[in-house]
Amino acid sequence: MSTAAEAAIATNRFGLGARPGELARAAPDPRGWLLAQLRGGAPAIAEGASLERSDTILNRATALREAKRDASRAGGAQGAVQRIGAWYRSLYVAEVQARFGAAVASERPFVERLVHFWANHFAVSVDKAVVLGVAGAFEREAIRPHVLGRFEDLLFAVERHPAMLLYLDNFQSVGPDSPLARRASAARRRRDLGLNENLAREILELHTLGVNGGYTQADVTSFAHMITGWSIGGGRGRLAEGESGQFHFRANLHEPGAQLLLGRRYAQSGCGQGAAALRDLARHPATADHLAGKLARHFIADDPPAAAVARVADAFRRHGGELVPVYRALVESPEAWATPLAKYKTPADYVHSAYRGLDLPVDGKRSGLTAYELLGERTWSPGSPAGWPDRAADWDGASALLKRIEWADAVGERLGDRRDAQRLAPAMLGAVLTGKTSEAIARAASGAQAITLLLTAPELMRR
Amino acid sequence: MNATTIDRRRFLAAAAAVPLASRLVLAHAAAAPEARFAFILLRGALDGLAAVPPCGDPAYAGLRREIAIAPPGATHGALPLDSTFALHPGLIFLQESWRAKELVVAHAVATPYRERSHFDGQDVLENGGHQPHAFATGWLNRALAALPASRAGRGREAGIALGQNVPLAMRGPAPVASWSPSRLATLDDDTLARITDLYARDPVLSVRLADALATDDVARSAAMETAQRGARYGEALRAAGAFLARDDGPQVAMLDTTGWDTHANEGGAQGQLASRLGVLDSGLRELKGALGAAWSRTVVVLATEFGRTAAVNGTRGTDHGAGTVAFVVGGAVQGGRVLADWPGLAARALRDGRDLAPTLDLRALLKGVLHDHLQVASAALDREVFPESAKALPVRDLVG
Repeated sequence: MSTAAEAAIATNRFGLGARPGELARAAPDPRGWLLAQLRGGAPAIAEGASLERSDTILNRATALREAKRDASRAGGAQGAVQRIGAWYRSLYVAEVQARFGAAVASERPFVERLVHFWANHFAVSVDKAVVLGVAGAFEREAIRPHVLGRFEDLLFAVERHPAMLLYLDNFQSVGPDSPLARRASAARRRRDLGLNENLAREILELHTLGVNGGYTQADVTSFAHMITGWSIGGGRGRLAEGESGQFHFRANLHEPGAQLLLGRRYAQSGCGQGAAALRDLARHPATADHLAGKLARHFIADDPPAAAVARVADAFRRHGGELVPVYRALVESPEAWATPLAKYKTPADYVHSAYRGLDLPVDGKRSGLTAYELLGERTWSPGSPAGWPDRAADWDGASALLKRIEWADAVGERLGDRRDAQRLAPAMLGAVLTGKTSEAIARAASGAQAITLLLTAPELMRR
Repeated sequence: MNATTIDRRRFLAAAAAVPLASRLVLAHAAAAPEARFAFILLRGALDGLAAVPPCGDPAYAGLRREIAIAPPGATHGALPLDSTFALHPGLIFLQESWRAKELVVAHAVATPYRERSHFDGQDVLENGGHQPHAFATGWLNRALAALPASRAGRGREAGIALGQNVPLAMRGPAPVASWSPSRLATLDDDTLARITDLYARDPVLSVRLADALATDDVARSAAMETAQRGARYGEALRAAGAFLARDDGPQVAMLDTTGWDTHANEGGAQGQLASRLGVLDSGLRELKGALGAAWSRTVVVLATEFGRTAAVNGTRGTDHGAGTVAFVVGGAVQGGRVLADWPGLAARALRDGRDLAPTLDLRALLKGVLHDHLQVASAALDREVFPESAKALPVRDLVG
């Protein structure tokens, strides 16, 4: 394959779509252009944007709820509830727009894509109301700092983050034989004290081993026991202790005693028990296979060749879960460079590549969110902890295509002749731009129509 | 949108794909009213013991404690069905359907899947096999492909997915449409024609665009423009009804909904699950309204990937389980009964000591509907639609 075609793959499949000039920069050494992006830490998001920390957000939410309870005693509760909801929505909108801006402007788009990949791997979903205010903070605090580090650190940051503990209910999971449960039982108050296995199951099934990773229901239950007490400080009533809005281990909720997971015995007491298990899960061979399969699907093809998956998994194991060598194995896989346009873009991919290619300003408060919603991929709302799917069949529906066409038409109308599609098309698509598309753009009836045709071209629907 | 524009769009759609053009011509030859089928997939594992509480089971109230639904007659009590079962108090339309003998409730139902992953569970439910990822196509699409020849060749997509994309159950050899509400201004026809030309050599995009344009016409010319705006779910169900009601419309529609994964604070007669069930129930009423006279030849099946634990968990919710409920409702249903070989909720009867034990294969229910209502042949049901399912004998007499 020519390096021109490889540059198109580097910028569009590994990156987020070529900005003007990017293709030319990648062309001399497409692999080197990608690997250079992996040096240094992951860039922080939107310097200057006033985004709040999750503990600040959760503390303020607690204060608002207190105010609501006071108000409710005085006879008017509804207003305060709505204020929390509206405030959470405003935080969410600002976070999405900051993330959108980073995706459009990034000069390390490979890293930005990796942030999106891992955020989707460890998905939280804002259709659960408590997640709405902290989903953005979760990505900035738990995902972004670790995407170029070790998987184990990423995993720990995620599973101990308040957003995940809230989303998958673990903050209030109580060991059936924990000090608290025993006290309550002695006092004959059995109400709402007990295990919730949601987070434990999804860690095993989605975050680490994968659904075929060889665990049983008994493993789920005992792992759920091990992470009882992994909670958030500063809640109400029995959840009041601890640094407010931060991870807090509650010994009185923790199930005592040794547990068996995947045949291994964990006799530690307290928080260290779950941590030891989580560390072993991060290093388990099945975890390497599971993650390699997902990465290869994302960067190579919907059904990636087994040899490539094996190579990536091997890099994961050999480097003890260091992620940069894993990404290097992906970049160095010949399979990744064999077929241009092998992946159908998700709606977010599609919007990012259009904004980048046309060098559109990220203006307004919610231009990104409006586009994502219209095209069917509202940020951080996959509706389930499995995250958004990553195969063409999940995204290439007829109605979905019509939405993209309608959106492209609106972009064309808005820009008119303020962008020259004929000049921009080769800078976006390079070697994968077809004669047919060039010709259609050249013959367009107007500048606006030329942009619409560029944005609807088959080459732009795929990466 | 005026009629001329519609015709031009239709022309463009036809020009985009020759097979579609021939389908459109044949569409005008549609004859006698056909049966209609809607499949609603409740993603996230609906708690069957809350939707259809077995109030007559002596173990029920003790297992469910603070989230138990009170028996019929009590304050916020369930709606009566028979001596054992009742309906969640939010399911008002379903109870009316029951009284009209248009509802069959199947309980202790499950697919062949016995693990507890949502995603694998949904995959099995949709692919129609025994294992996750056994097939890349779905049972509903294969059923469309197996429709009697006179119908399959009748000149249009026999199925429609309400949503931007087509879910696995509807993917496969039979062409299907997808539709979701559109909010943007209409494109000008010249731009559409050029895009159509741009896709001429792309085997996927050309077909998708042609399908989208054809479907968009139907939606616009149906009562959609005037339909009152409401919750997205209600809108999708109204659209499904409008599509199915047309004599030249699709025969089968599929919708999916999420939000059934009630691990914490599930609630009882009121609360989180109750409000979801309320939305579902009023959506079904909208579907019936949009179907109009076609309701009498319609069967709707509602199913979910698996059920939830028999006991309430430590966070006033329920975790992933096994057996659950399925609903068969519609004007063509021979209803007013609960279909259950009830295993009971006594500790020794629970699967793995925690879950309602399944006693009815969901495929048996679906096969009964597909056979008696859509006339899919038994051999095709046993081999292609639900491969290796001969032992799951179709449930008969669901359709009147």
